[in-house]
Amino acid sequence: MAEPTTKDVLVDPIVKNNPIALQILGICSALAVTTKLETAIAMSVAVTLVTGLSGASVSLIRNYIPSSIRIIVQMTIIAMLVILVDQFLKAYFYDISKQMSVFVGLIITNCIVMGRAEAFAMKNSPSMSFIDGVGNGLGYSFILIVVAIFRELLGKGELLGHKILGDGGLMAEGYVSNGLMLLPPSAFFLIGLIIWAIRTFNKDQVEAA
Amino acid sequence: MQTESPKQTMIVATCLCLVCSVLVSTAAVVLRPAQQIQKTLDIQKNILKVAGIYDETRKVDTQFKVVEPVLIELAGKRPRITDPSEEGIDLKTYDPKKAAKKEHDSVEVNPRGALPQIARREIYTIAYEIRKADGSLDQVILPIYGKGLWSTLWGFIAVDADGQTIRGITFYEHGETPGLGGEVDNPVWKAVWPGKSAFAAADLEHASFDGLPIPTIQVTKGEVTPETPQAEFKVDGLSGATITSNGVTAFVRYWLGPDAFGSYLQQIRSEQAATPTSAAAEGENNG
Repeated sequence: MAEPTTKDVLVDPIVKNNPIALQILGICSALAVTTKLETAIAMSVAVTLVTGLSGASVSLIRNYIPSSIRIIVQMTIIAMLVILVDQFLKAYFYDISKQMSVFVGLIITNCIVMGRAEAFAMKNSPSMSFIDGVGNGLGYSFILIVVAIFRELLGKGELLGHKILGDGGLMAEGYVSNGLMLLPPSAFFLIGLIIWAIRTFNKDQVEAA
Repeated sequence: MQTESPKQTMIVATCLCLVCSVLVSTAAVVLRPAQQIQKTLDIQKNILKVAGIYDETRKVDTQFKVVEPVLIELAGKRPRITDPSEEGIDLKTYDPKKAAKKEHDSVEVNPRGALPQIARREIYTIAYEIRKADGSLDQVILPIYGKGLWSTLWGFIAVDADGQTIRGITFYEHGETPGLGGEVDNPVWKAVWPGKSAFAAADLEHASFDGLPIPTIQVTKGEVTPETPQAEFKVDGLSGATITSNGVTAFVRYWLGPDAFGSYLQQIRSEQAATPTSAAAEGENNG
């Protein structure tokens, strides 16, 4: 593998090598927190922080981790960071933390975080691992936010709690909200459509049939 | 470097655990006061909101000064406890949620199943009284909880000083499906509640401490229009959330009923009847 530049490491995961769209990781939480844009943004920030910091910390001690317990070591570090984020949200962003409820804790089981720790941070320097984590977090955020915009807009006619469609916004004659958008399957449909769109422009992502 | 020996594994595992536990516990201890404040503020904010006097531009704790917490003995003959210390309770630290879980601070819900899926409730709880400028009672805020579809909903209901008219409802904690049962948070739906009557007028006429009225308020299916029969007791159902709607009906009825706040509401009604001037003023407000 050629030495990757900082910019590649940061930008690649956003579209070219998106953790959700190409690597199909971290789908579960993408379903849960995307009914509203606000929670999706909070989740994005939290995940980006955790992937970045866990990458850096794992990489920092990578030469001391015995390979027999490396997964547990990564898990412990990730769990610790997630607990810190959760405690912080509860102390300063109580409303958001209430809405995200259990899903903050579930960042621990988000495959992207561990996938990056195992695949990248174990082999690269702390600073690069941090950037890689942030990049993958941003890639995750990108999908989450796009999905959330569609789900909140079509499902409730709102964005960030402001009425956009229906009474008091566009289509003043009334907007009948699409309840399906608020249910988990709609996130699958949307992610499917996004993957389709990305692969239409990036032909090399298409897997051989 | 040799990283595969059992000794090395033990050392790494131990150090990692130590560092992580120190970090996590430090964060928990350092952030706890801030979290407690947030929790209290959130509950206070909800009380102000349900009372309809919340002002976003002002600080919650200064606004909360008009609200007076009172200790209530649920289903008690003299529900309002004027001196909580006699019961060994400090209003500042008393937590009804914890009391409901303790054997000797709770009683069985009576009749069984009146509060679906919940077997025991606390003996004492805290209600909040808000008075008008002249000192007469304006409204009371009562804590309510009960099961919806997935979760227990925790909230408040505001009842007018007439002990009958609902002034507002809100939930500060629940885990219902967003967009379906979660629509209990929808301001449009919450706005349907004020002005509804908890009891039938005929039941109130004969009401006494020994014959407390059974609430008739109900979340029904579909939309309630003024033409709907008995519209004054009916609240629009949440579409796609029949079980949450039924749950709300059941536990609102329970909490306003004889086994819970019924006697407290009766006490308020008789106090209002005893002070005719303010009762007349109430009549005007409602008319």
